[in-house]
Amino acid sequence: MAAKIKNQKAWFFVMPVVLLVAFNAVIPLMTVVNYSVQETFGNNLFFWQGIGWFEQVLNSERFQSSLGRQIVFTSIILAIEIPLGIAIALAMPRKGVGVSVCLVLMALPLLIPWNVVGSMWNIFALPEIGLLGKALNSLGFDYNFTRQPLSAWFTVILMDVWHWTSLVVLLAYAGLCSIPDAYYQAARIDGASRWAIFRFIQLPKMKRVLTIAVLLRFMDSFMIYTEPFVLTGGGPGNTTTFLSIDLVKTALGQFDLGPAAAMSLIYFLIVLLVSWVFYTLMMKDEVE
Amino acid sequence: MQRFKWLVPTLYIIFLMLPIYWLLNMSFKTTNEILGTFSLWPREFTLENYRTIFTDSTWYNGYFNSITYVVLNTVISVTVALPAAYAFSRYRFLGDKHLFFWLLTNRMAPPAVFALPFFQLYSAVGLFDTPLAVALAHALFNIPLAVWILEGFMSGIPRELDDTAYVDGYSFPRFFFKIFIPTIASGIGVTAFFTFMFSWVELLLAKTLTSVAAKPIAATMTKTASTSGYELGLLAAAGVLTIIPGAIVIYFVRNYIAKGFAMGRV
Repeated sequence: MAAKIKNQKAWFFVMPVVLLVAFNAVIPLMTVVNYSVQETFGNNLFFWQGIGWFEQVLNSERFQSSLGRQIVFTSIILAIEIPLGIAIALAMPRKGVGVSVCLVLMALPLLIPWNVVGSMWNIFALPEIGLLGKALNSLGFDYNFTRQPLSAWFTVILMDVWHWTSLVVLLAYAGLCSIPDAYYQAARIDGASRWAIFRFIQLPKMKRVLTIAVLLRFMDSFMIYTEPFVLTGGGPGNTTTFLSIDLVKTALGQFDLGPAAAMSLIYFLIVLLVSWVFYTLMMKDEVE
Repeated sequence: MQRFKWLVPTLYIIFLMLPIYWLLNMSFKTTNEILGTFSLWPREFTLENYRTIFTDSTWYNGYFNSITYVVLNTVISVTVALPAAYAFSRYRFLGDKHLFFWLLTNRMAPPAVFALPFFQLYSAVGLFDTPLAVALAHALFNIPLAVWILEGFMSGIPRELDDTAYVDGYSFPRFFFKIFIPTIASGIGVTAFFTFMFSWVELLLAKTLTSVAAKPIAATMTKTASTSGYELGLLAAAGVLTIIPGAIVIYFVRNYIAKGFAMGRV
């Protein structure tokens, strides 16, 4: 590929994007920063507060437990969805009508509005009238996601697996399709085992798309709001109150602007930091 | 073992279809039947729930509002992302790498962080409760995504295409619109699909930025779920209707999606 030409006029091409995104990102972000260092008693009177809110949020048990729940949730999601997605992609047909059918049906959950996903799983999991709830109860499990924390967690995780595993499947499948047949033929001649083919041909070739899959699943599961909010409302108690739910409760529910703003910034920084690590790893691979 | 390979995707698809089937099942039942009996298919088949949605303006306006801001957002995102992606794929300029990463950070911003400031910002500029406000707000995460995907497609096209066109006496705008855009048409299709998708499924910002006039269908549903007790049949029917646009879009771009993913972007 030819080297890129140095041309400062390219800035004119980027200008519309920069202006639009800056309007959307910089002004609100400055608003948040502004609130995070001030105390207000209403009437638009603000007093300098310094880092007080940050200390308060970081030390509050409520934030710590939301963050803890969020980390546990995201870890479970990644541990289930990534291997499962790879396994399904490996088993998918490579040609024929089966491919289209699989792609269309698997992509379907990705295009359902998130609150509908929540409502759908609510209806699906209700103990008396939902298929899942009724089935689990008649199998002898004591299952009720509005009352028991364990059932609630089980339902939220199953819902997320249902909702997002397809994204991993589609990405992994695209990675698999890009492997030339010659690789497999060479492996067959060498008498490589199924595991060896996976470990030394398929996995390295999928590395790039899998990094993207992990990055996307990390970001989106860490920001999850609508689905658990509609399904459980963060309950029972606070057992499924993840960071976003907690944040919206503080900001729009109680109008505690200072703590909410401080919490927003801490939250954003965590996502940014982890994503940046992934991004750097990803770009390093691209250069090699 | 190879013979039973088809079983894995089949079981997975069945798992995916079960909740959707249950939603469909509920949407054809009367409230009485839903609450009274447990049945695997509707015993008293009714279209009443759908009739309510198609005749009540608060319901069908919700669909119009959602479609309006989603289409607006797709048009805005793709239009401004095209020249930017071209610049990133063809030129080096001051701060290009930093700018690219800064754009991507906006895809990483939790919408919950921006809900309140967006509310204040769009109220201040007088756009609150308009589809344009939601379209612009969704541009926050869709423009970076669009630039990212388009840049991937454009980088796959050799520079020689540009050079040949200039030698042939094409001006830049004529080259861009007559030759370049048709060449990356499939890339634009994929980009439009993803911007459509992320705008269509998002609710938190859409709900925060609207109250009555521009209320999206998803917010109408949330209100029904919470205020009028348990009209599950109605809720299910509305849910089924929100799945249809997505299903249609997937069907049309099914061949492009695999290609788009294969680019390693998205």
